[in-house]
Amino acid sequence: MTTTSTSSKAKKSDSIIAKIKPSKKNKAQEISGAEMVIKALIEQGVDTIFGYPGGAVLPIYDALFQQDKIKHVLVRQEGGALHAAEGYARSTGKVGCAIVTSGPGATNAVTGLADAMLDSIPLVCITGQVPTFLIGTDAFQEADTVGITRPCTKHNFLIKDPNKLSSAIHESFHIARSGRPGPVVIDIPKDVQFAQGKYINAEKAEMHSHYQPDISPDSDLIESAVELMAGAKRPIFHIGGGVINSGEVASTALYELVQKTGFPITSTLMGLGAYPASDKQWLGMLGMHGTYEANWAMHDCDVMICIGARFDDRVTGRTDKFSPNSKIIHVDIDASSINKNITVDIPIVADSKHAIKAMLDIWNKKGYKADHLALDNWWQQIDIWRAKNCLAYKKDNKIIKPQYALERLRHFMQQDKRECYITTEVGQHQMWAAQFLSFDKPKRWLTSGGLGTMGYGLPAAIGAQMAHPDALVIDVAGEASIQMNIQELATAIQYRLPVKVFIMNNQWMGMVRQWQELLHGERYSETYSEALPDFVKLVEAYGGVGLRAQTVDELDDVIQKMMSNDKLTVVDVMVAQTENCFPMIPSGKAHNEMILSPEAEAFDKTLV
Amino acid sequence: MSDIKIKRRKKSKSVYAPTPKLSKEEIHTLAILVNNEPGVLARVIGLFSGRGYNIESLTVAEINNIEHLSRITIVCSGTPEVIEQIKLQLDRLIPVLEVSDLTIECEHVERELALIKVVCTGDKRIEALRCADIFRARVVDSTLESFVFEITGTTDKVDAFINLMSPLGLVDVSRTGIAAISRGKKAIGSF
Ligand SMILES: Cc1cc2nc3c(=O)[nH]c(=O)nc-3n(C[C@H](O)[C@H](O)[C@H](O)COP(=O)(O)OP(=O)(O)OC[C@H]3O[C@@H](n4cnc5c(N)ncnc54)[C@H](O)[C@@H]3O)c2cc1C
Ligand SMILES: Cc1ncc(C[n+]2csc(CCOP(=O)(O)OP(=O)(O)O)c2C)c(N)n1
Repeated sequence: MTTTSTSSKAKKSDSIIAKIKPSKKNKAQEISGAEMVIKALIEQGVDTIFGYPGGAVLPIYDALFQQDKIKHVLVRQEGGALHAAEGYARSTGKVGCAIVTSGPGATNAVTGLADAMLDSIPLVCITGQVPTFLIGTDAFQEADTVGITRPCTKHNFLIKDPNKLSSAIHESFHIARSGRPGPVVIDIPKDVQFAQGKYINAEKAEMHSHYQPDISPDSDLIESAVELMAGAKRPIFHIGGGVINSGEVASTALYELVQKTGFPITSTLMGLGAYPASDKQWLGMLGMHGTYEANWAMHDCDVMICIGARFDDRVTGRTDKFSPNSKIIHVDIDASSINKNITVDIPIVADSKHAIKAMLDIWNKKGYKADHLALDNWWQQIDIWRAKNCLAYKKDNKIIKPQYALERLRHFMQQDKRECYITTEVGQHQMWAAQFLSFDKPKRWLTSGGLGTMGYGLPAAIGAQMAHPDALVIDVAGEASIQMNIQELATAIQYRLPVKVFIMNNQWMGMVRQWQELLHGERYSETYSEALPDFVKLVEAYGGVGLRAQTVDELDDVIQKMMSNDKLTVVDVMVAQTENCFPMIPSGKAHNEMILSPEAEAFDKTLV
Repeated sequence: MSDIKIKRRKKSKSVYAPTPKLSKEEIHTLAILVNNEPGVLARVIGLFSGRGYNIESLTVAEINNIEHLSRITIVCSGTPEVIEQIKLQLDRLIPVLEVSDLTIECEHVERELALIKVVCTGDKRIEALRCADIFRARVVDSTLESFVFEITGTTDKVDAFINLMSPLGLVDVSRTGIAAISRGKKAIGSF
């Protein structure tokens, strides 16, 4: 095992905390803690904040009221604020920002924090706290917010001194966006919001100055990596969310590298869009519900170039049988992601964009050429796997198959001139969306991958629509998930956001039902919804547009109506109830043990 | 809504993953330099409990009261892969300045201090004192029926002394856990 203890931090010797003390106390320059919050957010470039007021944040809300630089979006539950901030962050690449009150406000925010933590989404969440002198007394709406959120944030602060408040906010943004991005909580007691103190500008902020994660790759390692790539006979690029985190530059460089080498490329759920799905070198997503060709290529490859992906168990399947004959190059900005689940051969701690550019550089400089003969054979093999047509499904003339609904959605999306952002809830519909919609640009696909949070999609769509008012933003939903944050329909109405909710209504918690069918002896324990609301009437009650498609004939018309109107629209698509999502690697199986749908199996005339 | 009709299929065997095989566990001593700020110890300990890592011993104290730096010494056990993860995960915590694995990075010395109370009279009292002398334990408190011994040494030595005391009237033990430092010139402190 290669050790990766490359410290992400500068050594202690050059890391003495910069102590910037205000030279003279100047009472006149002091402002309240609440004003500092607003001032610091503005200085950090925040234009939108998602939140919900309460007693412990009243002073901050008062300060918000008296300014016009930051737009506050009032959600209907704090969980919605966090997911909306995630949607805003993922679709822009900026830090998302939320504000909630103490106690129940903070505990409602926890799911969103945990979600952002696992999916590497940069967030800053301000929580109100009871006054410092009441902390620890079981005061009204007191919760140990820093204690509760410690394991689900990248870092958190409890600020007891107004003079430390602005520095902490600046540092929160620095921590949230640098290295592996993640959520940061700043817990601010109410008396600190009232108290006067000195505001400190971002560049003078007192920080844990050693936290400057390493972002440039070790050039020797890059050289060995590129040499390995050039000698590869069956190579594959395996990329993940870390390419999207790295920004558009990373995607552009990646495209160039993949084109230059001629290698096939696959991606995790989180990496979709980092490489254009319309390109012929694209094999589709890998993993539990990935394509046959992507999973077989991962299994049979001899060199794997993994960039910004963390070998999640949904991706690797059984680890002792994962890609048994390959040498693995792994680029990740977080040293702890490397050799965590899969032991690799060339560990490179770096920001994706720097690593990819360095690889390109060496490839060009040394005049490397891929082994074309071997690569041709490899592509021939891949084409045989592709011919399996693993996403095939049985069409029906009347009943809408979920896959068909998404094919039609894709068709109309491709005709639409607007930029299109897709969010999802969690379940089968999410996997089908990943398989059937295609993404050519990064930051257009917003989904809860790591935590798998039902209820993510609608608020995330609200966040994305706030950031991109002219774009087409669609939440591909299941009828169970959408109910977890359905209250946010009111938020969309309030801010006139023309979000589209495309519910694939199978009346089941489809993904769980599928596991029960395949893995639990068809014992359907509590996965059928005996009672469901009439989603059309429901959205109408909120003030939006409701549409329903019950048969194949009605589908196109309904999708077109959804796309062409400029209001919040919920579409209730009644889909086949017990369709399964294939391919599927049952957990604990290897990539080459995936189950295909009986229909897809039948397609094959030559194999097995 | 509508009736649900589902075809019954043959029961399938479970396909859940077998628990992966693990390599042999090792014990490592880590020295961690941190900013001494509220919650820092909770972050370190929470990381161990949250990720299911084992702590054998932990000591912590501020070692620099100008820059407010503390040194945490953790003895932890796990497979080599787990120990590598522990170090990387610790390094990821914002207030952690430096993590050194004394077990693999350098030769080092480890010491522990224990206070040991023995209640006894007569021959046992004399025997207790004799043993203490052999182990270079000091008497730091005594009454007519009791002693408190202070002993410093490796964990093995402290264990051995405690075992000796046990038939002689051992009633109470307080141990500090291990403090460790590298031999020679190399340092991670900040002086
Ligand atoms: C129902 C369900 C089914 C799922 N099925 C699948 C499936 O079939 N296939 C699948 O792939 N996923 C699936 N997932 C998602 C899965 O759980 C994981 O969320 C996903 O695989 C993780 O993607 P990732 O490896 O790209 O990592 P991410 O979670 O996106 O993490 C990014 C990695 O890149 C690193 N990084 C961050 N920024 C940078 C940077 N600037 N430079 C370099 N590195 C950086 C981070 O340290 C991290 O290691 C499923 C989820 C659900 C809910
Ligand atoms: C908050 C939360 N609770 C439970 C789950 C477990 N879970 C995963 S998928 C799923 C069913 C989702 O049903 P639906 O939204 O109707 O989507 P479908 O699978 O039918 O497309 C459940 C309950 C989860 N992911 N998140």
